Amino acid sequence: MSDVANRVRKIVVEHLGVEEDKVVEGASFIDDLGADSLDTVELVMAFEEEFGIEIPDDAAETIQSFGDAVKFISDAV
Amino acid sequence: MFDLTGKSVLITGASGGIGGAIAHAVHQAGATVALSGTRVAPLEALAAELGERAHILPCNLSDAEAVTALPKQAADLMGSVDVLVNNAGITRDNIFMRMSDEEWAQVLEVNLTATMRLCRAVMRPMMKARWGRIVNISSVVGATGNPGQANYAASKAGMVGMSKSIAYEVASRGITVNCVAPGFITTPMTEALTDDQKAGILGQVPAGRMGDPSEIGAAVLYLASAEAAYITGTTLHVNGGMAMY
Repeated sequence: MSDVANRVRKIVVEHLGVEEDKVVEGASFIDDLGADSLDTVELVMAFEEEFGIEIPDDAAETIQSFGDAVKFISDAV
Repeated sequence: MFDLTGKSVLITGASGGIGGAIAHAVHQAGATVALSGTRVAPLEALAAELGERAHILPCNLSDAEAVTALPKQAADLMGSVDVLVNNAGITRDNIFMRMSDEEWAQVLEVNLTATMRLCRAVMRPMMKARWGRIVNISSVVGATGNPGQANYAASKAGMVGMSKSIAYEVASRGITVNCVAPGFITTPMTEALTDDQKAGILGQVPAGRMGDPSEIGAAVLYLASAEAAYITGTTLHVNGGMAMY
């Protein structure tokens, strides 16, 4: 497991209050991890802060799952 | 109670009578203020009167880019914007049959659209901080309507609906969004009325007098305070009983 994935997982676990083993590649923030639409905005904000990157709104909309987030951030950092 | 020490407040329309009184109220409660408005001289005079913890940020609210940049400028000056008070407003009165598209658009742009842009711009930092207060200054006219003011009344009623919607979205993040709806308040604008006009207005006000701008300032201070954390999506009517909701 990559460093990015670990850091993303940590944020997701803390923010959504879910078990670590639920945060798998295909886990959808909304459908599987109980996030609401505001949570997804906040997750993106937390990712931006953690990795020192800018995630524009149109890109943020494509980040629906844990796997999406790891891929986007791995490409961006 | 109602201590705003350490809080930063951005106020639009601070060069006007009500805006100035809001600035005084929150500043007196310990807040740092950023005073925005179109006219620089009254802003400077107000800042000088307040002394420390007062900044000025002239801004034309018809300019979309300038509006969007305003909260960032305020945050650069003060460290953050914890409280946003959308007080700026204009009127372009005309009977409805003769109201031009331009009169309609100008009023909606400054009163409603600029308010929306400012609310949107402060949302992200307030969400991060898990604390925020937005107080939008509506008007009794937004609730009652007023002949000659279809545009103004629409903008002020629009503000109420918008505030409620934002309040829903961000309530769980410690951010409250409320409106204050002033009735007839003594300001340079209402001082221009004739005695006959004033008597006519006072006939509609059970309290039998015009309101003082400081009474709007006090209402805003309350809604901006930590004590008002459980109030969101509401409109506080400050009108001497002129219209009761």
